[in-house]
Amino acid sequence: MIRAVLLAATLALSAGPAPAVQPDEVLADPALESRAREISKELRCLVCRNEAIDDSNAELARILRLLVRERVVAGDSDGEVIDYVVDRYGEYVLLRPRFTLGNALIWLSGPLILALGGFAAWRYVRARAPQAAAQPAPLTEAERRDLDALLRDGS
Amino acid sequence: MIAELGHFALILAFAVSIAGSVAPLYGAHRGWSDWMTLATPAATALFALVCLSFAALTWSFVTSDFSVRLVVANSHSLKPMIYKIAGVWGNHEGSLLLWVLMLALFGAMVAAFGRNIPTGLKARALGVQSLIACGFIAFMLFTSNPFERLFPAPFDGADLNPLLQDPGLAFHPPFLYLGYVGLSMAFSFAAAALIEGRVDAAWARWVRPWALAAWAALTVGIGLGSWWAYYELGWGGFWFWDPVENASFMPWLAAIALLHSAIVVEKRSSLKNWTILMAILAFSLSLLGTFIVRSGVLDSVHAFAVDPERGVFILLLLVVAIGGSLALYAWRAPSLKSEGVFAPVSRESGLILNNLLMMSSCGVVFAGTMAPLVREALTGAKISVGAPFFDLAFTPFMVLLAIALPLGAMTPWKRGDAGKVLSKLWWAAAAALGAGALVWGVQTGTSPAAPIAMALAAWVALGVAAEIAERAKVGSAPLAENWRRLARAPRADWGKWVAHFGLGVTIWGVAAITAWTVEDIRVARPGESFALGAYEVTFDGVTRAQGPNYVYERGEFHVYRDGVQVAHVYPEKRIYTETRTPTPTTEAGIDNGFTRDLYLVLGDPQVGTGGVPTGAWAVRAYVKPFANWIWGGAILMALGGCLSLTDRRYRVGAPTRAAQAHAAMAPAE
Repeated sequence: MIRAVLLAATLALSAGPAPAVQPDEVLADPALESRAREISKELRCLVCRNEAIDDSNAELARILRLLVRERVVAGDSDGEVIDYVVDRYGEYVLLRPRFTLGNALIWLSGPLILALGGFAAWRYVRARAPQAAAQPAPLTEAERRDLDALLRDGS
Repeated sequence: MIAELGHFALILAFAVSIAGSVAPLYGAHRGWSDWMTLATPAATALFALVCLSFAALTWSFVTSDFSVRLVVANSHSLKPMIYKIAGVWGNHEGSLLLWVLMLALFGAMVAAFGRNIPTGLKARALGVQSLIACGFIAFMLFTSNPFERLFPAPFDGADLNPLLQDPGLAFHPPFLYLGYVGLSMAFSFAAAALIEGRVDAAWARWVRPWALAAWAALTVGIGLGSWWAYYELGWGGFWFWDPVENASFMPWLAAIALLHSAIVVEKRSSLKNWTILMAILAFSLSLLGTFIVRSGVLDSVHAFAVDPERGVFILLLLVVAIGGSLALYAWRAPSLKSEGVFAPVSRESGLILNNLLMMSSCGVVFAGTMAPLVREALTGAKISVGAPFFDLAFTPFMVLLAIALPLGAMTPWKRGDAGKVLSKLWWAAAAALGAGALVWGVQTGTSPAAPIAMALAAWVALGVAAEIAERAKVGSAPLAENWRRLARAPRADWGKWVAHFGLGVTIWGVAAITAWTVEDIRVARPGESFALGAYEVTFDGVTRAQGPNYVYERGEFHVYRDGVQVAHVYPEKRIYTETRTPTPTTEAGIDNGFTRDLYLVLGDPQVGTGGVPTGAWAVRAYVKPFANWIWGGAILMALGGCLSLTDRRYRVGAPTRAAQAHAAMAPAE
């Protein structure tokens, strides 16, 4: 009996947190909805750990999802919606940091490693090439004369 | 009593680890062979003691000894036995003990099987390994003692985090740690080689198996984590670029670089310095991963600063291990000479390109993971780096990798002919482009991502086929000869083929699930049917019941295609009642298929005005095309690693000179 009461109580509690996008949030227009989903994937749920509002169960994420949909329906472009949210919540909300001076290293780390490493590797490979290593230096003029003399003597 | 035994064993292990590092290292320095040979019994004793300690902790969990603080915090008497055992490492202290257990295990394995390793190298490698163990045991004893008692003992425990009560996550940490710690062995060998000032083919033959085993274990661990996230978190994502995931992904990428460059050292005596550096880097990234996950720095840089005891200790370990090894590298590496000569178009160059791409992509993950931490620590500004960044910045390197892979794998050692390589691969390239074009034509969307990814996946897989055909001399030799040649191919080559093919399979799965997932979010009443892509889903209703330590609501769904029932799935919503704050977890209902998963999630009961339940439920339904291919590919990659591990040259363990003669006689890979 007590178990059953407990069961009912805990299950009633379960109505609280809601996983990600809820049916009542979905926009009627599929084109607008899919745009809203794409925008939601770019925005961080501020109270979660590295989760996009599109995936998050938090109440704040729901509020932001609704806000995004409100702006999309109001006719904002994707960029305008994101600017609107950034104005209110700061750059922290962006899961893809903007390419600014401060963020340049985040964006360029991969290409820089590839470029610098590629340059170093190219030099290394060239230095190891059989031609460079195996071919002796060409004979000097004096050596050639001596060689010719030797060959002449031998014949 | 048992817990005290475990604690005592751990303290003894600490003492043994000090002896096991100081004596062999100093002995090797002085050339005292009796001190050097101490390394072997010390490594064995260390393993035995840590084993005892781990067994004691496991015993405390299995018998639900609630006078041990850790058991109280992470277990419950009603919990199923498998999760009582998994609870041992489902927490900070226990996972560290598992870490050290693996570390000692690998050391003991080198001690047991490494009879052919030169005494000096073995003493130094085991000495360094013991030194690492010493650092981690000290960390446990001084800041994270798993055997701490609690008085008075409570009546029952607080239960394990419900998310961890799952087969996928129960076995995720052991594999991951096996991987991290396997890299420690490669690291120890690298440090030993630097101290000795000698790196040769025999050294590479000793390092590669550890790197291979570690990489295969990491692959399985990461795969399990991803699979778990897919079915447990409730919307079928498989990779989130979460810092915790990245922490394991970076060593994985570095291990790939290490594996490939070690081949060059072994076969061609080139890239020695670089391989040593990769071994140091791979393990450093493992340590960094441990720091990121274990120090609490992720939740907030401030939380780290408020309770810095543990974090500072790991940071110190990190600085000593990474800084020390890099200093050693800077000092000794210039004395290592590489002899091999090769042309710009050669397998060697291909493997260098592999390493370049691995390091670049690893750099992207590193920058994206560390930037928010560094930024906040330095300037206090908070920035986020998440999936949209990584998708954009990481993918190009994987595209380059997939393009280059079949070309590099087909190029012969030393000197290759670009025209010849292309002539063997042109049909694979044509077929891959054809596959891409077909996908482009068939798909309804206009995104070029899927056709490109499909072409790449086909290119990688067909490249493997071309390589096998080339090896078997298909077309230029009779069928019996083809088979004979394939049967004679070394296991290492089979490992390479299987692993590369697995990469193709994973690329295919990732591309398909990203491009073609069908999603439906709706409110459904019992008895209602709705369309999902080409399928028809019927919602039959919800039942409530009681599990061992949770209560659940279970939805029942039938799925039809063209009027024929194809699946019957039961998504659940569970509440683990014994945890401190019962929160619901979702158990997706998944019908696994070869070409698609049907993925259903039960949401919340819908409430009408005045809080009256309407009888309807929120339901999310997905068709996830080729989802299983992602993990199937991962399994193939790990299998490839294991196949390569059973190669003759590792099994025979012949003395150096004989093994080299054998390598010289065998046809170039």
